[in-house]
Amino acid sequence: MPASVPDSTRARAQAGGGAIPAPVAARRAPWSWLRNDNFWAIAVLSPSLVAVAIFIYAFILWTIYISLVGWNDIVPNYEFVGLRNFQRLSQNPRYLIDLANTAKFTVLFMAQCIGFGFLLAVLLDQRIKGESIFRTIYIFPFAISAIVTGVAWRWLMYPNSGINLLFDSVGLGILKNSWFADPNIGIMAVSIPAAWQMTGYTMALYLAGLRGISQELREAAKIDGASGWQFYRYIAVPLVTPVTLTVFVILGVISLRLFDLTAAMTSSGPAFADDTPAFFMFQATFQKNNFSQGASIAVTMLILAAGLIIPYLRSIHLEAQR
Amino acid sequence: MRALALSRVAIYLVLIAFALYFLMPIYVLVVTGLKPFSDVSFIDMWHPPRSLYLGSFATAWPLVSANFWNSFRITVPAALISSLIGSMNGYIFAKWRFRYSNLLFMLVLFGIFLPYQGILIPLVQILQKVGLYGSIPGLIFVHCVFGMPITALIFRSYFATVPDEMVDAAKIDGAGFFGIYRWIMLPLSMPAFAVALIWQFTTIWNDFLLGVVVLSNPALAPITVAVNNLAGSFFVQWNVQMAGAVIAAAPTIAVYLLLGRLFMRGLLAGALKG
Repeated sequence: MPASVPDSTRARAQAGGGAIPAPVAARRAPWSWLRNDNFWAIAVLSPSLVAVAIFIYAFILWTIYISLVGWNDIVPNYEFVGLRNFQRLSQNPRYLIDLANTAKFTVLFMAQCIGFGFLLAVLLDQRIKGESIFRTIYIFPFAISAIVTGVAWRWLMYPNSGINLLFDSVGLGILKNSWFADPNIGIMAVSIPAAWQMTGYTMALYLAGLRGISQELREAAKIDGASGWQFYRYIAVPLVTPVTLTVFVILGVISLRLFDLTAAMTSSGPAFADDTPAFFMFQATFQKNNFSQGASIAVTMLILAAGLIIPYLRSIHLEAQR
Repeated sequence: MRALALSRVAIYLVLIAFALYFLMPIYVLVVTGLKPFSDVSFIDMWHPPRSLYLGSFATAWPLVSANFWNSFRITVPAALISSLIGSMNGYIFAKWRFRYSNLLFMLVLFGIFLPYQGILIPLVQILQKVGLYGSIPGLIFVHCVFGMPITALIFRSYFATVPDEMVDAAKIDGAGFFGIYRWIMLPLSMPAFAVALIWQFTTIWNDFLLGVVVLSNPALAPITVAVNNLAGSFFVQWNVQMAGAVIAAAPTIAVYLLLGRLFMRGLLAGALKG
């Protein structure tokens, strides 16, 4: 009667069913059903593990392999050429611009997301009336696709329109510029819509971190004479360091992957001022059939991403084992 | 006291300024989408429409409607399947610890952060080989594979909060691996299902990269690809592009506004908390 199982189980659990270890040990030994269940657990899990092994890890290895052969035409060519693709990449002006663009973008994007995100979290932590309305507005760009975001911001950043009109109307005409169409600004302008999407997300993570600080600690700080700002500076900021690390990794990976937004806004921009490794990889591979070149760009992206993700996952792994 | 009141006012002013900033692009999208082409100009961008004109939407809808439904046909099954698989995997990773299960879980989690460029070439090659390239089922399959890590994480975090004693009690009552899932975990996990489904719906609906690589055929492509093509076209008027973008954003905005709290939980789960 399997139907009887859940009811009695629930009853036991509700009755604080923690105090039942003895019979478990007694019944585990004679039957091997536990081993059987473990078998089922692994059997159910294994298709997913096989999929991950193939679609992530084997594919990464295959991409590395493609980056080491000379397949730069529509016809596959698996002739081994060593690191030649990487050597060429290191001399490719477009790729060097892309790396510099990624660096500029990452710094500005993170500065906006973390700076504004933390500020908004602290402000919303002040017993604000209508907090949920503010929160809803701040986070909702995160629910919108980067393509839609790009369509809107392309229009907002038009030289004689959008934001420049706003600058004019408040007497800040000196700030007017051509945004991503200006080769000297380029990708730095793209960091603004990207941060527009992710600031609310960052704020939500910080707000959850701040809400995790116990009331006792807040009271104790108050009794010790800490002002509101001293509390945030000396107590809250150190306590939300784990959040900052998480945010750093997530935003870093987003910066590396940057593709949709520039695709919708500008493609490569003037003189590759808005180009990214992800966009170069896409064009090289799927538009010009330079598969090995595309793979070598992808491998450099993987290396940079792994440098962020692996230490992060390791730290979580070690924490979970403790 | 007055200083305190003043700083409260300052806080609200900053909060309101940011709210306006976050709403600004949406205002532009909607307002421009509601104008006829004759009223669209760079200089008058911020002006509200003179009357409620739905012509831009009427023009945009036939251009993107097929892709709008494609996106539903891709997103709904992919979100359902990846959530279902994720719930099983999350249950196993949370309650059936075996040797190296933690390490395997970390290897799965890597998939959340993976830059997809690193696997796109073999992905296309394999999909072509098995005949799934350029088809909606092919893209659904791809989203299921790459969606599983995050759904497994959401469910594992959720199931970790179910006391082990409940599982032990069920074992004493004779429930096995499937019984515990069916009679304890599944009934308890409806909130996690809601979170995972909403998260996957939003992510897959908003995806562009996998769609444009696996399914670039304009007739079958998802809406993000269609809107990007509209935006890149010199023949499509601004107001129509904006209307198309509003149509593309409407389903995820609706989900967000109706189910915001669950969306928030997914957002926090995705950041590996708990």
